[in-house]
Formats: sequence, structure tokens, C-alpha cells
Amino acid sequence: MTKQENITFWERNRKSGGYLLRKRIGEFIFRFCRAVLLVGLCFLILQPLLHKFSISMMAEGDLYDKTVINVPRHFSTEPIKSSWKWLGSFKPFFTSIRIGIVVALLQVLSCTLVGYGFARYKFPLKNFWFACVILLIVVPAQTLMTPLQLLLADWDFPGIKGIGILHLITGKGLRLTGKEIAYYIVCAGCAGYKGGLYIYMMRQHFRNEPKELEEAAYVDGCNRWTTFWKILLPGARPMMVSCFLFSFVWWWTDGVYSRVFFSKGNNWATIANALNGLVENMNHDMEKIYGKGYIVPTARSEQILSTATLLTLIPLVLIYILAQKSFVESISQSGIKG
Amino acid sequence: MAKAKRRDLARGNAIAGYLFILPFIIGFVLFLLIPLASSLYMSFTEVDALGKKGFSYTWIGLKNYNEVFFVNSQYVPNLLTQLKDMALFVPGILVFSFFMAVLLNQDFHGRTFVRAVYFLPVILSSGIMVGLETNNSLLAGMKDLIQKDTSSVSITQTLESILLTGQTANKFFQYVIDLVNKVYDIAIASGIQIIIFLSGLQTISPSMYEAAKIEGCTAWESFWKITFPMISSIILVNLIYTIVDFCTKSNSDLMTLITNTLYLNFDYGLTAAMSWVYFVIIMGILGILSFIITRWVYYYD
Repeated sequence: MTKQENITFWERNRKSGGYLLRKRIGEFIFRFCRAVLLVGLCFLILQPLLHKFSISMMAEGDLYDKTVINVPRHFSTEPIKSSWKWLGSFKPFFTSIRIGIVVALLQVLSCTLVGYGFARYKFPLKNFWFACVILLIVVPAQTLMTPLQLLLADWDFPGIKGIGILHLITGKGLRLTGKEIAYYIVCAGCAGYKGGLYIYMMRQHFRNEPKELEEAAYVDGCNRWTTFWKILLPGARPMMVSCFLFSFVWWWTDGVYSRVFFSKGNNWATIANALNGLVENMNHDMEKIYGKGYIVPTARSEQILSTATLLTLIPLVLIYILAQKSFVESISQSGIKG
Repeated sequence: MAKAKRRDLARGNAIAGYLFILPFIIGFVLFLLIPLASSLYMSFTEVDALGKKGFSYTWIGLKNYNEVFFVNSQYVPNLLTQLKDMALFVPGILVFSFFMAVLLNQDFHGRTFVRAVYFLPVILSSGIMVGLETNNSLLAGMKDLIQKDTSSVSITQTLESILLTGQTANKFFQYVIDLVNKVYDIAIASGIQIIIFLSGLQTISPSMYEAAKIEGCTAWESFWKITFPMISSIILVNLIYTIVDFCTKSNSDLMTLITNTLYLNFDYGLTAAMSWVYFVIIMGILGILSFIITRWVYYYD
């Protein structure tokens, strides 16, 4: 059978004047190079994760052994247990999940409304307001942090330096520093972490929906709100899910906003804060045991930090595996007709 | 009659539009405009954070800016490094992600897996994770160890030195070598760009390529004459996204300097001035680039 094919292949090759063989070889080389490149780059991306995984399995002694590079000589679950302890066990996870869900819901709801407004309505100064959305995306969060903190210490509506409704009534502003509600208000106003991006994504989605959908609804006697609520919202559900997931996932690892809104002294409330304060916590505990001035070896603190990072990444990896399509498709939809 | 009705409709639409974007307007004014304005004000003042009555501001004019540019020894060099890195990274990320998108657009086994891996950094390497990654001294130490062990027989180093001996092309090769050394940073920063390019590539209809092929176009020609113009608008989107993403990354030296000035020295005025200088420069770059590129972008429909 194979021989038969071989004969015909060489026969055909001879007839084509060697073209077929050259083409096959060229294709093979191309495929081979592509495979090498792709596998190499995949490894490059996964390498830090794999590395973290391998050192989270090492007994402490292996860290100082120069002959141990990737595969631990003495397996141990001790690093996982310790880093779990210094991370604060389940507490930061639950806090982050709870806050993350509320934050993501608020962001998705407000950004869907705003995105729909931008996609389908004509109103004066529309371009100006959309430029403001872009500004929201572009301004680095660090620029805003100080004034935001000051603003929150004595918050009021509308909030310009002690002038506002609350000052009129009670003569005092609200102290919102370190309160969850503060960040919820910010998110409901689309100004939370990457809020501008979600507006952009939702707008892009609604722009791609056919206009006939709404026209038909108006003809059938829907008003503007019911059209949005009953006709367009169900269709937007996949995009909303994507925004929700992005919001949750990015919130999970965001350090800047967590630091401003959710760090209360030494109480590391969220995952991001717990990770930031992990090494400090560990040093503190070790000083208690070994006396003042004891410094945890860098290798050891790195091990604990890597292990803790790995632990906090597990939920994200799970979400990603389950909802990979939703992440990728939302981005690819919003890229079209930029 | 009909005209009046149409005007009513337009007015109703305008009101409805404003109602829909109301959350954004409120949020924008309260949490972006006011903080931005007060940060601008702060940059011209000396803020006393430890006073009895909370914060007190003293107007000192341009003194903070003077300090940023002429007194602080770290700011200007860090800013220049940041801009230089941007000039290095942004084209690198664009070319890399475009190249990867072209590769991933082809048909091969395990394509879904590879795509999933390339998108993974978007999820995992955001926020504080990037900072943790670069601070990983253990990893860095091991890299040094590996390099030391293999340096005597390194092909890449020999190649590098051969390439760098040529005088004319020196700068260019240095640029390429810098890029190759940073390939990890580039790869983890280009997840979203790859997806956007990929979706752009998939919107080009295959019949265009067929027509071009019948007319006798080679693959090379049809790349420059079809693919490139068709995705030029997407290049613009990606360029802006990449610059913004790069500049707002919290682990650059410049950002660390700004954060440290705030959290270690409590110098609010100086911090505000530093952020404003940086912010204005980014906006300037974005404005100029998008102005130039918009003229060159080709829109099919």
C-alpha cells in the first residue's frame, strides 16, 4: 500500500519536474520552524509558573543547594502550608471574592448603560464625552490616588472642598477612607479600575447589533427603556459576562485601588494587600520567634511569596479554563471597527 | 407638523442619551475631574500633611516643577529611560503580536491550546503580579547562574559580537538584540494585541486573496497590498492600547519613584508635579502619534 503511494508520489514528482518534492520539503521546513517557535514561546510564557510550582514543592534545604535547580530533591508540602498561614488562610480569599463580585456587578451594570447610550443615541457634546471616556482609560491610576484619598477623608456630594449637601445639613462630610462603600460608589460611577475599557467594550458590542432590532421594537410600541431592557439586554448577556469576568479577574490582582480603598493599617483585607504584606508579616512573625533583628533569607521569603502567588492564581486559572472563550471573544469583538 | 415631531424625537433621544450616560458623567466629574484638578492645584503648593487641622496648602508657584526638573536627581533620568523603553517596546510588541497573530491564524494541531497560553498573561500578569515577578531575585540569581555556566560556549554571544563588529548597522543590531533579550516581557505584554490582530485578520474576506492570486500576486505582494492596508486601523487601536498599557504599568522605575515620593517622603506636592509632567508627556505622544497615523489609516468601507 505504502509502496504503491511512494511510486505514485515519485512518479508525480518526476512529471512535475521536481516541483512537488521541493514544495513538500518547503512545507515541512516551514511547519517544523513554526512548531519550534510556538512551543518555545509557550514554554517562555509558562516558565515562571512552572518555576513557582517547582520551588513551592521544595523543602527549605533545597533552596540553598546549588545543585538543585528545577526538580526538588526533597519534596515537601511545608511551603504551601506556611504561605497559606501567612497569607491569612481563607479570609483574604473570601473578602476578595465578596468585594470582587459586588465591584464587577456594579461596573458591568453602569458600563452597559453608558455603553448603550454612547452606541445608539445622538446627543449634544457626544464626542466630547467620549473623549472623556478615553481620558478615563489613559490617566494612570497613580496620578489620582493622593487626591482621591484626600477626597475620601472628607467626602461630600458634589465634593469640592467642603462645599456640598452634607456640609449644608450636618456641617461635616463623610469619612470614607478604608470603607468598602467608597469603592462601590466609584465603581457605580464607571470610574473604577479599567472602567473606561468596559464602557468601550460594551459600546463596541451595541454598535455591532443591527439597528432593525430597535426599530421593530419601537414600531411594536416599546418605549426607549423597555427596548433596551427587553430587546437589547438579553443579546448583550455574553458581552456582559465577559466584562464581569475581566472586572473580577483584574480586580483580584490589582494593587493600586486595593491599597487606597481596602488597606486598614495592618489588616490586609484583600488578596492583593495580603500578597503585598506577606513578606513583612513573615518577617514580623519570625522576629517574634528568633528575637529582634532576625532577617529571613531572601531565598526563603521568595519561596513563600512564590507559593502564595501560585495559591492566589489558582482561582484565576480555574476561571480562565472554564470561560476562556468568553474572554477571548469579547476582546476580538471590540477590536473590530476600532 | 412632521418637522416638529422629528425635533421632538431628537430632543427625546438627546435626553435619553444623557440619562443613559449619566452614571459616567457623575463618576467622571466626581472621581476623575475633581481629583485631577486638585492634583493640579497640589502640584503648585506645598502640602503640610501632618498639621493639626488635617491638610494645609501653601501656594509656592512653580517650585515643585523646578524641583522635578532641576533638583531631583532621579526623575529626569528615569523619565528618559521610560521613554526610551517605550520606543523600544511598543514597536516590538506591535511587530511581535502581529507576527504571532499571523501564525495563530493558520491551521495546525493544538491551536486552541497555544492561543489559550498566549492569552494567559492578560489574566495572570496584571496588577501586582508584574511587580512580584520582577522582584523575584531568586529567579534572577538562577538566571545569572545558568548564564555563567554556559557563557564559555554560548553561540548567541559569539553571534552577538560578530553582528556588533559591523560599524554601520551597529545601532540597528543593538536594537534587535535588546528586543530579543526582552522577549519575555514582550510576550507577556502582547496578549490582548494578538487577539485584536487575530480578529482583524479574520475579517478580511478570502475572496480578496483569491482574486489577487489569480491576477498573479505573490504571497509577499498580497501581504503588503491587502493584509497591511486592511488592518491599518487595527494597528492604530493596538498602538494606542500598547502605549497606554505600557505607561500605566505600575512596576516601572518611574512609577516606583512617584509612589515612593508619596509613601516614604509624604511629599504630596512633588508627587503631583511628577505625575503631571509624566501625564502631559504621554498625552502629547498619544496625540501626535494618533494624528499622524489617522491620516495614513485606510478604511475599507
